[in-house]
Amino acid sequence: MKITTEKINSNLVRDVEEVSGQKVSACFQCGKCTGGCPVVWAMDIFPHQVLRYAQMGLIDELLHSKTLWICASCQTCDSRCPREVDIPKVIEALRLIIMREKGGNYLHPNDLPARVRENAPQQGLVSAFRKYAK
Amino acid sequence: MKRIGVFICWCGSNIAATVDIDKTIAAAKQMPGVVFADHNKYTCSELGQDMVKNAIKEHQLDRVVIGACSPRMHENTFRKTVEAAGLNPYYMEIANIREQCSWVHKDKETATGKAISLVRTAVAKAARNEALFSTEMPIERRALVIGGGIAGIQAALDIAETGFEVDLLEKEPSIGGRMAQLDKTFPTLDCSACILTPKMVDVAQHEKIRLITYSEVEKVEGYVGNFTVTIRNKARSVDMEKCTGCGDCMNKCPQKVSSEFEMGLAERRAIYTPFPQAVPNKPAIDRATCRWFTQEKCRVCEKICPTGAIDYDQVDEFITQRYGAIVVATGFDTHKLDKYGEYAYGKHPDVITSLEMERLFNASGPTGGKLLRPSNGKPPKNVAFIQCVGSRDKAKGNPYCAKICCMYTAKHAILLNEKVPGSKSFVFYIDVRTPGKDYEEFYNRAYEQHNATYIKGNVSKVFPDGDQLVVRSVDALSGALVELVVDMVVLATSVDARSDAKDLAQKLSITTNAHKFFNEAHPKLRPVETQTAGIFLAGVCQGPKDIPETVAQASAAAVKVASLLSKESLKSNPTIAEVDQKRCSGDMSCMAVCPYGAISEKIIEERRGRETVTRKIAEVNTALCQGCGACTVACRPGAINLKGFTNEQILAEVDAICL
Amino acid sequence: MRYSYYPGCTLKTKAKVYEDTTLQTAKALGLEMVEVEEWQCCGALYPLNTEEHFSLLAPVRALSQAKELNHEKMVTLCAGCFNVFKRTNKAMREDGELRRKINDYLEEDYLGEVDVVHYLEVLKKDIGFTAVAEKVKKKLEGRKIAPYYGCLLLKPRNEMDFDDVENPTIFEDFLSALGATAVEYPYKTECCGSYLSMANEEVAETAVGRILKSAYKSGAEAIMVACPLCKYNLEEYQKQLQDVAGENGKMSVLYFTELLAEALDV
Ligand SMILES: Cc1cc2nc3c(=O)[nH]c(=O)nc-3n(C[C@H](O)[C@H](O)[C@H](O)COP(=O)(O)OP(=O)(O)OC[C@H]3O[C@@H](n4cnc5c(N)ncnc54)[C@H](O)[C@@H]3O)c2cc1C
Ligand code: SF4
Ligand code: SF4
Ligand code: SF4
Ligand code: SF4
Repeated sequence: MKITTEKINSNLVRDVEEVSGQKVSACFQCGKCTGGCPVVWAMDIFPHQVLRYAQMGLIDELLHSKTLWICASCQTCDSRCPREVDIPKVIEALRLIIMREKGGNYLHPNDLPARVRENAPQQGLVSAFRKYAK
Repeated sequence: MKRIGVFICWCGSNIAATVDIDKTIAAAKQMPGVVFADHNKYTCSELGQDMVKNAIKEHQLDRVVIGACSPRMHENTFRKTVEAAGLNPYYMEIANIREQCSWVHKDKETATGKAISLVRTAVAKAARNEALFSTEMPIERRALVIGGGIAGIQAALDIAETGFEVDLLEKEPSIGGRMAQLDKTFPTLDCSACILTPKMVDVAQHEKIRLITYSEVEKVEGYVGNFTVTIRNKARSVDMEKCTGCGDCMNKCPQKVSSEFEMGLAERRAIYTPFPQAVPNKPAIDRATCRWFTQEKCRVCEKICPTGAIDYDQVDEFITQRYGAIVVATGFDTHKLDKYGEYAYGKHPDVITSLEMERLFNASGPTGGKLLRPSNGKPPKNVAFIQCVGSRDKAKGNPYCAKICCMYTAKHAILLNEKVPGSKSFVFYIDVRTPGKDYEEFYNRAYEQHNATYIKGNVSKVFPDGDQLVVRSVDALSGALVELVVDMVVLATSVDARSDAKDLAQKLSITTNAHKFFNEAHPKLRPVETQTAGIFLAGVCQGPKDIPETVAQASAAAVKVASLLSKESLKSNPTIAEVDQKRCSGDMSCMAVCPYGAISEKIIEERRGRETVTRKIAEVNTALCQGCGACTVACRPGAINLKGFTNEQILAEVDAICL
Repeated sequence: MRYSYYPGCTLKTKAKVYEDTTLQTAKALGLEMVEVEEWQCCGALYPLNTEEHFSLLAPVRALSQAKELNHEKMVTLCAGCFNVFKRTNKAMREDGELRRKINDYLEEDYLGEVDVVHYLEVLKKDIGFTAVAEKVKKKLEGRKIAPYYGCLLLKPRNEMDFDDVENPTIFEDFLSALGATAVEYPYKTECCGSYLSMANEEVAETAVGRILKSAYKSGAEAIMVACPLCKYNLEEYQKQLQDVAGENGKMSVLYFTELLAEALDV
C-alpha cells in the first residue's frame, strides 16, 4: 500500500462522498467507531480505518475489503462519532460502488441454509438481500 | 458647502487586493462636497495620519471620510488625528471597506462597486456631521470583582495593592473556587491548597478588600466609572459578627447532605463551610436541606452555638454600591455527562470524573488522601483515563478543546503511580496537547517514569463486569483492538461556562460566545476587556485555561482597573439621545424601551395662543444614556434623535446607497 | 383512542404472535387499531445512500394511506418498520428535495402529516405506564427479565428520538408497570448482528452469544424484545449459552406484547 498525490486526489474519493453524502475529511481518527463496533473482530479494515483509507484515496483497497460485507448497519458507531460522520453510509457507498462495478450479487437465495430460509423473519431476509444483492 | 476629504486605505493587501483603490478614489472625487481624495498604504500609521492632518490644513477640509477597517478598530485613532488638525473629532466618518467589503468578497469588480457605495454613504453622512462635545464625569474609585476563585482572588489582591478599594463578591459561603478542590497542580506538582490558602487569607486580611460571600449580583446600572450594583446578600442564617468559627454547630447538625465540594464523594451537614480552610471560616445554613427550614423541627445548632450566632429569621439583604470598574471572574462548571451513557458513569461507582479524582488524591478529601476505589475501598491497580470527554465532540458535547485535561490527566497518571506503587495507568487520547513551558516534559515523565501507557483511541464503551470494568477501544497506531479490564475509569470531563453565565452577561450588558464564555473585546489585542467599557474579564469565565494563565489574566485585568480608577474623571460619550421638545407627543414609548432607564418624564409649560398650558414630554438623562438608539426607533413622531446618528444622517446614508 | 396501524410483513407471518398479542392487548386497553389499507413492505431497511430514494415510495404510500384514515398517529411494532417509517417521515418533513421527488409519484402530496409511533410509546405516553399498571390482572411478580433493545428503535440518535441511545429506560419502566423485575446488564443495546444471520452466521452468532451470556449472568430468566429479527437471532444461537448455563441452557425470548398479554390476562 502506498499513498500518493494521485490517489489522494482521485475521483474515487469524490464518488464515495457523493454516494454516501458524507465528508470523509471530517473524521479526526479518534477510533471511537471501531472501539464500539459489535462485529469489528470479523473485519479486516476497521471502521476508523475505512475513513482513513478513504481520506488517503486508498479506495481500491477498501473495495476489496471484507468489512463491507460484515458491517451490520447497526449505527452504533455514528451515534457516538464526535465528528458526526455516518460511517455505515460510507460503507454502504463502497458496497454500492463495488456491486455496480462487478455487477455482482453477493447473496443468492440458494446460498441460504434451508434452516434459515424456513425460520428467518421476512424483515431479516429482505434486509439481507437489499444489502447484498442488486 | 462642506469641504470633504476622502482617504482610502490599502491596509497592505487586506483591502487593496480586492478593492480597486484608484477607481474608488476617482469615484470619490465626483461625490458631492468632496474636494480632495487620496490613498495610503496604512492610514493608521504615523505616516498615514500625518498625511490626513496635512491635507486637512492644506485643503481647508472641514469633514473627513476614511475608507478603512471597522470603526471598532480605529475610530478613536482617527478621531484623535482630525482633532490634532483642529477639527471636532466627530467630523470624521469611517467607511468600513475591510470587514464589510474586501474580507467578505472575492470578485474585485463587485467589491470595488461596494466600496464606492460605502464611501458615498459615509460622505453623505459626514456632510451632515455636527460638532459634538464630551463632558467630564467623575469616577467612583472603587472596584467590584465578581467570583472568588483564583482569578477573582488575584485580581482583588492586585487592585487592592494599587491602593483602590475592592469588593470581592462570591456566591458560595467561601472563596477559593475550583482551585481549592484540586490536589497537586501541574506542571510542578505543588500542592494546590499550599499556594492558594495564603492568598485567601491575604484577601481576608487586606484593609482595602471587603469580602462579600454567599452573595450574587442582582442588578447593574450605570456605565464606566459609575456603575451602581445591587448585590443580594443571601440569608446565611448565621450572624457573621457573633460567629467565631468554632464549628460546633457543624459537628452536631443531624442533617447530612452530599457535599458539592467533595463532588458527592462525602457528606457535609446542613450547616456547613464548604471545606476546612474556608474563608471566611464561618458556616451558612443550607435552607433547602436544613430540618428546621424543611420540617420545622431540630434547631440543634441554635442550642449548641456558644455565641448565639444562629439566626433562623435572617432574610436576604440588598447592598447597593457604586463602582468605577468591574472584573468578572466566575470560572467554570465541568461538563454534565447525561449524554455519555456509554461510559457507565453513575452506573458503576468506579467510573469517576477527574475532579472527583482530585478529591480522592487529596489529603483532606473523603479518603484522607489514600487513593481507594469508591466501590470497595481498595487501591486500584489498573486505571483507565479517558480524555476529551464532552470535548471536541460536536455531536454530543462541546466542539472545542478544553485545553487543561491533557495536562491534568498526565498529572493524575503520575500521582496515581506515586500513591499506589505498582499501579498502572492507560490514557486514551485523541491527540495529546501540551503547549506550555515545561508541559511537554511533564507529559514525557508520565510515560517514561510513571508507568503510563498512552493509547491513541477514543473509548467507545465501558462495560461493568462484576466489580471490574471492561474498556473497549482501538489502538489506532498499531491498528489493534483494545479490550482492557481495569479497576477504575477516570473521565477527563470538558470545561463548560457557568450555567448562569448568560444571565450575568445580560445584567452586565456584556456578550458571550456560542458556548456562553464571556467575549473579550478583541481576541488578540484586548483579551481582558469586554465590549462594555469598565468591565473586565479574568480566568476561565472567558475561556478554558489553567492556573498560570488565569493568574496572568487576573493581574492584567487588575492593571486595567487600576489605570481606569487612577484617572480623575472620564470623558462622556457625546453620541447620546436628544429630545426635540416641539415634536415630542409625550406618549413615552421611548421610556419603555430604554434599557438604561435614561429617559424620564418632564412637564413643560407652553404658550398656546394666549393661554399657557402644561404638557408632558420625554427628557434624556445625559449621564445614563448609553447611545444605544433604541428610543429613536420607538418614537413615532421622530422627536428623539441620537446625536451623531440623527434621522437626517441615516436617511442621507440610505439615499446614498440607493443611488 | 383510535390509531392507524401498520403491521408489516413479518407480523403477518413469522411473528404472528406479535400481532395477535398486540391487537388483544390494545383492545383490552381500549385502543382501536385500524389497519392501513393495501400496505406494501416498507423495505425493511432505510437506504443509507443518496441514490436509493425511490425505495421510500412504499413507506410513503402507507403513510398517505394512514393520513386518509384521519388518525393523528400510525402505530408500528416491528423495530425494522418503525425505523424505516420514523426516518422516512422525518425526511419527508424536512427534506424539500426528497418531498418533491416522491410526491411526483403520488396522487395527493404527503408532507409528513402523520406521526409515526411505536406501540410502546402509545403505552407510555398516551395511556401512561401507571394506567397500564392499574389494568394489570396478573402481576408478573418475581419474574426477572432482561430488556433487550437492539439498535433499530434507538439509532440513529438524532432521527429516532425514541429514548436515550446509551441508557434507554422505557423497557424497564414497562416491565416494572407489569410488576416484573428488569435486570441490569451491559449488553442491552449491543447489536445482535441483524441481517448478518442470513449471510455471515458466525459473526451474528458471536454477537448474540455475548448478549445471551451477559443476560444470563445477570440472573435473567427471559429476554424481552420488540423486534422479530432480534428474537430470531437470540433464539437461533442459544447454544452459545452452553458455556455459562450448561448443556441444556436455554433462555426464552419474548415480545413485550406477550408479557403484556399475560399480565392483562387476555
Ligand atoms: C480536574 C481538574 C484539574 C485541574 N488541575 C490543574 C492543575 O493541576 N494546574 C493548573 O494550572 N490548572 C488546573 N486546573 C484548572 C484550574 O482549576 C482553573 O484554571 C482555575 O480553577 C480557574 O480559576 P477561576 O477563578 O477562573 O474559576 P473558578 O475556580 O471556577 O472560580 C470561580 C469562582 O466564582 C464563583 N462564582 C461563579 N459564578 C458566580 C456568580 N454568578 N456570582 C458570584 N460568584 C460566582 C464560583 O463560586 C467560584 O468560587 C484543573 C481543572 C480541573 C477541572
Ligand atoms: S468515530 Fe468518527 S471521528 Fe472518530 S474515527 Fe470514527 S469516523 Fe472518525
Ligand atoms: S454500523 Fe457497521 S461499522 Fe458501525 S458499528 Fe455497526 S457494524 Fe460496526
Ligand atoms: S437547624 Fe438545620 S442546620 Fe441547624 S442543626 Fe438542625 S438541620 Fe442542622
Ligand atoms: S486538552 Fe486534551 S483532553 Fe482536553 S479536550 Fe483538549 S485534546 Fe482533549
